[in-house]
Amino acid sequence: MDLEVIVQQFQKKDTAAFEKLYQMYSGNICGVINTIVKDTDVAEEICQVVFMEVWNNSELYNVSQGRFFTWILNIARNAAIDKIRSKSHKTSKVNLSADYFVGILESKEDSESGKEDTMGFKKLLVNLKEKCVEIIELLYFKGLTQKEVSIELDIPLGTVKTWNRSCISQIRTNVTL
Amino acid sequence: MNIKEYIASGILELYVAGTLSNLENLEVYLNSEKYPEVKNEIEAIEASVLSLSKSVSPGTKGFDDIQNRIASAGETTTEPVANKVSWTAYLGWAVSLIFMAGLIWLYQQNSQLISNIEMVSIENITLEQQIADSEISLEKKEDLLNTIRDRNITVIALGGQTVSPTSYAKAYWNKHEKKVFIDTKGLPEPPDGFVYQVWSLKMDMLTPTSLGLLTDLIEDENKIFTLTNPNESEAFGITLEPAGGSETPNLEKLYTLGMATS
Repeated sequence: MDLEVIVQQFQKKDTAAFEKLYQMYSGNICGVINTIVKDTDVAEEICQVVFMEVWNNSELYNVSQGRFFTWILNIARNAAIDKIRSKSHKTSKVNLSADYFVGILESKEDSESGKEDTMGFKKLLVNLKEKCVEIIELLYFKGLTQKEVSIELDIPLGTVKTWNRSCISQIRTNVTL
Repeated sequence: MNIKEYIASGILELYVAGTLSNLENLEVYLNSEKYPEVKNEIEAIEASVLSLSKSVSPGTKGFDDIQNRIASAGETTTEPVANKVSWTAYLGWAVSLIFMAGLIWLYQQNSQLISNIEMVSIENITLEQQIADSEISLEKKEDLLNTIRDRNITVIALGGQTVSPTSYAKAYWNKHEKKVFIDTKGLPEPPDGFVYQVWSLKMDMLTPTSLGLLTDLIEDENKIFTLTNPNESEAFGITLEPAGGSETPNLEKLYTLGMATS
């Protein structure tokens, strides 16, 4: 079924359509949240909260303003960032210092490499430059703007866009490997 | 528009990342609707981001959990409001109870005061009654004193006789008003069934005339009795007679006797 049709049904509060969307994106959204909060239990809970928010605010999504996944992604990033800025999270997670998701998830790769439906991120990141990992995390997982990324990584504004394209292209190549 | 250049610019990757402005988003959307290559490219970029994000996913709690949350959210939509209401309601009840307790306390205090006032009022009435009684008693005594101080009064001491030597009495005789007042303070209480009887006596013929009975000897606190005496008495005697009195005095029971010397 076409994604747009599913989204339209979902916006009419069709739980079956919502379930399809959940099955399509919940794993990804939980993954993004996990790279931010760096705690799988917390990430899973925030993920459910995010999908509840998505359900309760379904009428706010407008196809002309972006991809449906991008819309949920934005809600998820905000929820996760709110969480790590909250006092309770800061006090309990002070000793987690890994900056990029690669570092955090190496242990996960070891334990779940046998999973068929999940492509190992190491495989996805084969041949990726270090800057690619940083750009992708900042743009997609942290939700920084192009300009913010250029400041954060100290690279020219235009370079962010072109590097990002080549980085994504590499991942696309890796997916098909 | 050169589609390949547009795609190669990297704007579609930023579109998927969600970091474009609203205007840029709209532009990309319109182009994607217009050019299938653009749409395909966007979907391919999204697929790669999905793969990457999926690879770092910890897993999910599942859609059943979401359905439970939707169900319980439907049940509890009004609950937070209800909780707030009940919280203020609890406060309201607490205040009401405190207020009621205060009212009950005040009511009890008030009842106690009213009760006290009633008791004091009763005491007051009793005291007023006692004062009135005392005034009446004083008035009687003043009357009595005035009576025996009258210039027309002749005082006759009645001395104790054989049957009762320690007895005595006094007669205050007002010849002008034809009254005699008998002070019986010196007489013993009469035995049951007997009564004292006062006699006016003429000595030459020893004619006794009954002046009356001294009834209620015990109850009368002054023990002074007023009797009418129209006789030209020469002496007064008091005898103990059976209840109801006698026609003639029983001289064997003559308690006191005194001569009118004037």
